Amino acid sequence: MSESGKNRVIGGVGKPVPKKDAPALLTGKPVYVADIAPKDCLCVKLLHSPHAHAMIEEIDVSLAEKLPGVACVLTYKDVPDVRFTQAGQTYPEFSPYDRLILDRHLRCVGDPVAIVAAETEKQALAAMKLIKVKYQVLPAILDARQAMDNQILIHPEENWRALVPSCGADNHRNLVACGEDADGDVEAELAACDIVIDREYSTQANQQCMMETFRAFSRLDAYGRLEIVSSTQVPFHVRRIIATALDIPKSRVRVVKPRIGGGFGAKQTAVCEQYPAIVTVKTGRSAMLIYTREESMTLSSPRHAMSMHVRLGAMKDGTIRAIDLHTLSNTGAYGEHGPTTVGLSGHKSIPLYTHNLKAFRFSWHTVYTNTMSAGAYRGYGATQGLFAVESAVNELAHRLHMDPAALREKNIVREGEVMPAYYGETAASCAIDRCIAHAKEMIGWAEKYPARTLENGHVRAVGMALAMQGSGISQVDTGAVMIRLGDDGIYNMSIGATDMGTGCDTILAQMAAQSLECSVDNITVHGVDTDTSPYDCGSYASSTTYVTGMAVIKTCEEIRRKIIRVGAKLLRCREDEVLFEGDCVARADDGAFVTLAEIAEKHMMCGTEDISACVSSGSEISPPPFMCGCAEIDLDPLTGEIRLVDYVGVVDCGTVINPNLAMRQTEGGILQGIGMTLTERPVMDHLGRTVSNSFLQYKIPARVDAPSIRVAFEPSFEPTGPFGAKSIGEIVINTPAPAIADAVYNASGVRVYHLPITSEKVLLGETE
Amino acid sequence: MNVEFTLNGRKIAAEIDADENLYAVLRRLGMYSVKCGCETTNCGLCTVHMNGKAVLSCAVPAARCAGSVITTLEGLQDEAKKLGECLAGEGAEQCGFCAPGMMMNVFALAKENPCATDEEIDAYLAGNLCRCSGYVSQRRAIRKYLAMKIEAAEGEVRA
Repeated sequence: MSESGKNRVIGGVGKPVPKKDAPALLTGKPVYVADIAPKDCLCVKLLHSPHAHAMIEEIDVSLAEKLPGVACVLTYKDVPDVRFTQAGQTYPEFSPYDRLILDRHLRCVGDPVAIVAAETEKQALAAMKLIKVKYQVLPAILDARQAMDNQILIHPEENWRALVPSCGADNHRNLVACGEDADGDVEAELAACDIVIDREYSTQANQQCMMETFRAFSRLDAYGRLEIVSSTQVPFHVRRIIATALDIPKSRVRVVKPRIGGGFGAKQTAVCEQYPAIVTVKTGRSAMLIYTREESMTLSSPRHAMSMHVRLGAMKDGTIRAIDLHTLSNTGAYGEHGPTTVGLSGHKSIPLYTHNLKAFRFSWHTVYTNTMSAGAYRGYGATQGLFAVESAVNELAHRLHMDPAALREKNIVREGEVMPAYYGETAASCAIDRCIAHAKEMIGWAEKYPARTLENGHVRAVGMALAMQGSGISQVDTGAVMIRLGDDGIYNMSIGATDMGTGCDTILAQMAAQSLECSVDNITVHGVDTDTSPYDCGSYASSTTYVTGMAVIKTCEEIRRKIIRVGAKLLRCREDEVLFEGDCVARADDGAFVTLAEIAEKHMMCGTEDISACVSSGSEISPPPFMCGCAEIDLDPLTGEIRLVDYVGVVDCGTVINPNLAMRQTEGGILQGIGMTLTERPVMDHLGRTVSNSFLQYKIPARVDAPSIRVAFEPSFEPTGPFGAKSIGEIVINTPAPAIADAVYNASGVRVYHLPITSEKVLLGETE
Repeated sequence: MNVEFTLNGRKIAAEIDADENLYAVLRRLGMYSVKCGCETTNCGLCTVHMNGKAVLSCAVPAARCAGSVITTLEGLQDEAKKLGECLAGEGAEQCGFCAPGMMMNVFALAKENPCATDEEIDAYLAGNLCRCSGYVSQRRAIRKYLAMKIEAAEGEVRA
């Protein structure tokens, strides 16, 4: 690109441009699912199972059906006997096909028993009360440690199906996945180590708590096809899931994603779409289901609760020689994301310590229980694994009387090193060393580590943790981008990636503006409609910037070639005699030019030549971003109260495409991580009922709970990424739990192994 | 039953159920900026102004609105643009679903305590949850907006 070309770019890569949808969102325009639903939508409600494990012996809906305004009441007798998974993953999904839309066999409290659709919410709720159900209550498994090979089988059904048998699923053992990955002789290395940290850790089933709960409406379009407008991260997967669940051809389904009120992974699962969809199929009417907050807390897709056993072996000089990690993951009543999340607990924690590592072993089991099905939540297993491994590293530092930062500096993966625990991929771009140095400087590590007592008796202490994630799923994730040249020389860009508030519509347009040497305002963005958008697996697995971003670059290259071809033709010369100059194509010799607007007009005349491009992209590898997080806490030794004072996060996400939006991702992710660490505590009673069913019981951070959060970037350059970029969306949630846990230890001498870290645990020790 | 009240400067009559809350009625009247994020008065998404004061519309029985003046973000579009620019400049809106309720509360704060400190901003808006942003950028944007308001008011006094 020429120097003058760079000058033509406005709002390109590296600029903090506002989000393209900001004006609409910040004036309250009707752009979300419920705002654009047809006025005559039926209101859909679900009758939930009161039992953790039961069979429906009898169900009588005759009274409910007779109520005025009731359009239909559906039970297990009314749905196709075709099992499917709600997990939004590329086919063939790792998650087993273990669900029906409604099943006689109820596997957790909240499992849908019946679907009611009525003209109004009131009528639907009244009808629900008239449904008579007789349950045969079965003994339930609520503890993941008791699930494997238990006599109680959660999925005994004949038509249960694992599409990818290699993940070790076996419904006759309550097993959704098991496996092992290893390099070197871990037992021999551990035996030869001077010191071995041997600990059990656990993390809880956190709720994503996006402000917009799960919701979708469906209707029959002008062609009689089923159109679903959904608050989803995975429109193309929803199309397949719904067609499978309803046993209809995929060509009969269209899925549209408008603006989304947050997802954080929750909406990578088709939690609710099938219910309005089947109502529309049965009645021909438009139908909408909006989950209440209570439903979103009790029958949704939370983080997989995991128990992790770490054995970390090191020499006296602090070299980490061996890591052995076993993870037991609880997928709940259904297997959504069960086989995949567990993998990240080891594959995105152990590789951080590649430098001196002689051997590792990572083994795992994911089990069914009679609890709410888990799903995808930002971090996707890495968060859980990093809490365990980073906590063990911190404990090792204390045992060796080493500064945890120095211990890390000695052992972290270096740029260019091959990571055996990360599928043998090379850390081609890695600034984790700079992240640590910068974070230490920002928090004042040298002065503050480990702790100091204030005049009021409170203790101030700091703690550190590292993190990594991936950038998309290697050899799987796919993003395509279509760009068309329009009137006045504007570009219409269609994407299948799903902006859920993250700003991907904007950053992808910034990449296009950079590639096409124009203003970001010259790029319109539209997504997503499965009928018109190019295929994209959706926005998850930290894929959009890296995977779809590369598709933007490739698409721009192709459309540039087409513009040059038409331009050269109009200038009556060869293609190699002209230059693409953003707003025109010019002859290199005499400077004669034809504007982009003129080129656009020509291609709309008598079918001369279509100027559009659509290129798909995927990646053989998944380059990890890296991060260092440092927490400073204030602990009251009398009450055990922990207050976050300051949190510093320094991230290597490769090139930063939009510093404003990357910072917001980081700040928001850090605060979610802080909530997970300190206050977000899902509580289930002895009958398997989720008691933490509102914001009153499940405490997410409010403004007054938010500390100062300070973020900086230490960019590396990822050679396979768009403009050198890697991902940012997920990694940012991973450091708070281990960093705060160590700060709490430094302040109180109490090490907490099981999240969340509460004042009671600090004062009384762990009792759970 | 029928209630009459002023909605965004216009007198209206609405047919309501006795047990309905103001949130439901406002949505039915097409005030789509008003959102619901919980059913337990914890999230602040449904914040509107009732007789000039910020209220949670999910906690106000619609029948109590008889004769009152109700304002939603639809009725404060000029102000929304000003605060919106401050928020968008920081990228602080993210998904935007909590924005209208939070903005309505900021407008109430601007009237009551335009010189609010960071702590006062956080305390006043403690009931406006946001899961995306981590709050720090919103705090900066709100401070900028309040400063702008004070400057404008001082300008008016001088003129």
